[in-house]
Amino acid sequence: MNQWSFVIAAYALTAIATLGLLGWSFAAMRRAEADADAFKPTR
Amino acid sequence: MHGYANPARFLKIARPATAWLLGVGGLLALAGTLGGLLITPSDYLQGETVRILYVHVPAAWLGMAGWAAIAAASISQLVWRHPLAAVAGRAIAPAGATFAALCLATGSIWGRQTWGIWWEWDGRLTSMLILLFLYLGYIALASAEAERGGEGRMAALFGLVGAVNLPIVHYSVLWWRTLHQGQSISITGGSSIAPELLWPLPLTMIGFTALFAAAALMLMRAELARIKLEARLRRSIAP
Repeated sequence: MNQWSFVIAAYALTAIATLGLLGWSFAAMRRAEADADAFKPTR
Repeated sequence: MHGYANPARFLKIARPATAWLLGVGGLLALAGTLGGLLITPSDYLQGETVRILYVHVPAAWLGMAGWAAIAAASISQLVWRHPLAAVAGRAIAPAGATFAALCLATGSIWGRQTWGIWWEWDGRLTSMLILLFLYLGYIALASAEAERGGEGRMAALFGLVGAVNLPIVHYSVLWWRTLHQGQSISITGGSSIAPELLWPLPLTMIGFTALFAAAALMLMRAELARIKLEARLRRSIAP
């Protein structure tokens, strides 16, 4: 493998991990805020 | 600090801040990584492999800064009993663990090309691996405490004690004979990296830091929404 293969692997890993973290955080936030807003106390 | 203890006041700032951090962080990280990949020249010694620097250094910085932030939140929780400190600690940990893992992975890829090996049990690499394990331990402990309805004091203590590892990570290249290179950039003493190679690094450092902060803010908002829902549920079933 040439040097570029290693460079691209490092950048791809960084992109996947960063986008994965942001996507997961965003989904957790949206889900939790939607659940909190949807709950209507019975009294 | 206690002025932001009110979740409503905190959220008023956190909502626009999240969008700004995502936008600015995304642009800077993209500009820095594209600059590092496509514009900067290759190094006379390391060749193209030097480009890994632009993602490895921010990951290392954020892995360590994340734990420093957890330690600060822990002090804030234990000493001043700041109500958002435990929420902040729990929100920062997954982002810190992600970047600590990225630091190890990108460093390993760089090491394979430069040193000819994927891993070496030297001071810097081992202390960084310990930092990743500390993050995983903190996440498990904080989650267990939160599920039991605890205040997160054990996790705060763990966060504080774990900060002992930070100077070990930082000074490991000075204290022991390591394979890992010494410090190339200093806040006070300039840089040993050529300017034509260095310029994308501040962009990725600031960009990824902003994205880290955005992720932590989103997880804090998720945690606050869960707390709000639990409080409403408790009120609705109370006799």
